[in-house]
Amino acid sequence: MKKYVWPSVKLTVVFIIICSVLYPLLIAGVAKLAPGGGKGETVTVDGKIVGYANIGQKFTEDKYFWGRPSAVDYNAAGSAGSNKGATNPDYLKQVQERIDSFLMHNPSVKKAEIPAELVTASGSGLDPDLSPYGAKIQVKRIAAARKLDEAKLISLVDQQTNKPLLGLFGPAKVNVLKLNIELNKLK
Amino acid sequence: MNTELTGVVVTFLLTILLAYPLGKYIAKVFAGEKTITDFMNPFERFIYRISGINTSRGMNWKEFLTAMLAINSLWFIYAFFLLLTQGSLPLNPDGNTSMTPDLSFNTAISFLVNCNLQHYSGESGLTYLTQLFVITFLQFVSAATGIACAVALFNGLKHKTTDDLGNFWAIFVKSITRLLLPICIVIAILLAFNGSPASFDGKDTITSLQGDTVNVSRGPSAGMIAIKHLGTNGGGWFGVNSAHPLENPNYLTGMLELIAQVLIPMAMLFALGFYIKRKKLAYTIFGIMTVGMLFLVVPTIIWEMNGSSEIAKLGILQATGAMEGKEVRFGPAASGYWSIITTIISTGSVNSMHDSSMPLSGMMQMLGMLINAFYGGCGVGILNYYIYIIIAVFIGGLMVGRTPEFMGHKVEAREVKIAAMVTLLSAFLIKGGTALAAYYFVNHGDADWAVKPAAWLNNPANHGFSEMFYEFTSSNANNGSGFEGLGDNNIFWNVTTGFAMILGRFLPIIGPIAIAGMLAKKKYIPETAGTLKIDSLTFGILTFAIIIIITALSYFPPLVLGPIAEYLGM
Repeated sequence: MKKYVWPSVKLTVVFIIICSVLYPLLIAGVAKLAPGGGKGETVTVDGKIVGYANIGQKFTEDKYFWGRPSAVDYNAAGSAGSNKGATNPDYLKQVQERIDSFLMHNPSVKKAEIPAELVTASGSGLDPDLSPYGAKIQVKRIAAARKLDEAKLISLVDQQTNKPLLGLFGPAKVNVLKLNIELNKLK
Repeated sequence: MNTELTGVVVTFLLTILLAYPLGKYIAKVFAGEKTITDFMNPFERFIYRISGINTSRGMNWKEFLTAMLAINSLWFIYAFFLLLTQGSLPLNPDGNTSMTPDLSFNTAISFLVNCNLQHYSGESGLTYLTQLFVITFLQFVSAATGIACAVALFNGLKHKTTDDLGNFWAIFVKSITRLLLPICIVIAILLAFNGSPASFDGKDTITSLQGDTVNVSRGPSAGMIAIKHLGTNGGGWFGVNSAHPLENPNYLTGMLELIAQVLIPMAMLFALGFYIKRKKLAYTIFGIMTVGMLFLVVPTIIWEMNGSSEIAKLGILQATGAMEGKEVRFGPAASGYWSIITTIISTGSVNSMHDSSMPLSGMMQMLGMLINAFYGGCGVGILNYYIYIIIAVFIGGLMVGRTPEFMGHKVEAREVKIAAMVTLLSAFLIKGGTALAAYYFVNHGDADWAVKPAAWLNNPANHGFSEMFYEFTSSNANNGSGFEGLGDNNIFWNVTTGFAMILGRFLPIIGPIAIAGMLAKKKYIPETAGTLKIDSLTFGILTFAIIIIITALSYFPPLVLGPIAEYLGM
């Protein structure tokens, strides 16, 4: 047995140095060249940081595009999904409440037009995106709140839409934070 | 074609395209042939010298397993004490606390055995020190342990009669220096440039556009996210794993992480073919595994894209599929695909919450783990499949009335007993554990634990049963994903799943290597016209049928009580 113990101890020390010290330091060093310098990419308005590009934020006011419901209220220090099963009656009640609330704030939208993403919680609780449709369905409400032209808002969503990767892979999406920042700039 | 589907198809094809040459390379590395990474030679010799390792001598199966178990025991002790004291150790910018003894026990085992079940949330449950010195470290070495054990099997199959399964230390070291580390560096840099944090800065506080104060967790995550996939570990830096927008920022990283987790398990199959010079055998196994995977993936993607009929009943549009627990940037197709890949491969990382999948998709995820050999984990996937092969050889032999032979060696009672025990062990751990949990839930609901049994379940009825069944399935399969609604950070779950994980890891490694070692020592019998041809389609189909029968016989009742009953009630 002894002939296995010492090599084990020494090999462990060697690989702690390689995998837990040198490797992360190398990646941290290289990442300094990446957008955000490896600290996470931030978004600034007038020189002030208003958020992280990839982290969704809570928007509740009528004048903003809302993101998806979040099980943790967009707490970026404690991500979580709802983990509710599809047939859970309490969960379905909660979805119903979200539908009612959405209809109240968006009286011109018919129930059958609401996309599932706006009444279901995201996996991370921090989903930064919406589908283009999920943004456009909110345009009437925002146009009324801001007294802006609807067509202008529709074209803003189009302009902010990220196409699928290389136009071929995955869904199209709109980053809600960036969309709202551009929205604030509209006159 | 829908861009969500093209994304999935291309991801899978790219994986095969990369796995084939990588398999060739792996075979060369372990056969000691010339490769492009030979510049590592002096570095490896340096590691052997300072560690006092003699690599010139091979090991028989008992020596090989002793070396493997010795170093693994050491890692367990090391990890346990670091987790237990992390709160008072350095590199803790967020001021997170130490783990309780039962959680340290569970977490140390979980990462030691490549399972990565997490009964804590990364943002608050670990410090940067333990993320790197325990989690990342164990993610490398547990994957290398799995690869080394698979190579021992290869060595047993390669020679007609041999005692020598290779030198554990040398194979282990090379698995990291030639395979895991170089590929991880590439993946980690790609992740960092796509937005995964890599610096040592702690939590940031910002004011959002609407004026709320928000804390944002960060940390040196990119390197860990790379090895967690490449090594089929799966434990997330953040609580929600690769659903987190910093852990998996866009569709490209989604594809990258999906490819990374299948890469080595698939490459090991091709490596087997090159290494023992029986390419047809490798292609047959690859074909069977791929068919098995498609049986699970295709329906899951369809169900997730069709959306939830319960929410449709509320009158809501299901054009974008079932979105509860999913992220817009991946969509239901890539989420469904990931949920099966991560369960057949034993990664257990998630990009959507499995607890919120459609009931039958949840069953497919469970089946992936119950079978645990469609590609399977880093190295261990092949070992699991080898057990199925031994049982198929035995049954095939019975059917034609000959003493079963496998690659020129007689398979006798001792080998078949070991194979049967390994198979039955899973059924015992999973169903016994679930039964025990259900017993406490029903009869001792107010037991004074950190989470009372009555409050374990986040969902009622059959889905609640599924949460418990999934937890033991995942522990035994060393998968690590969960129906995360389960309130699992208490002494019951920490201890029981801890034992399920450690038994579910080491016995299915010890079993196949012992069988391989015993078979390799036997006299070689040349093939005759009456020999069962193990690389034939017939034998492939026989193995597939054996897998289906064993799984169905063992697990049909709990699957009926959980996902199937839930589906029928919809």
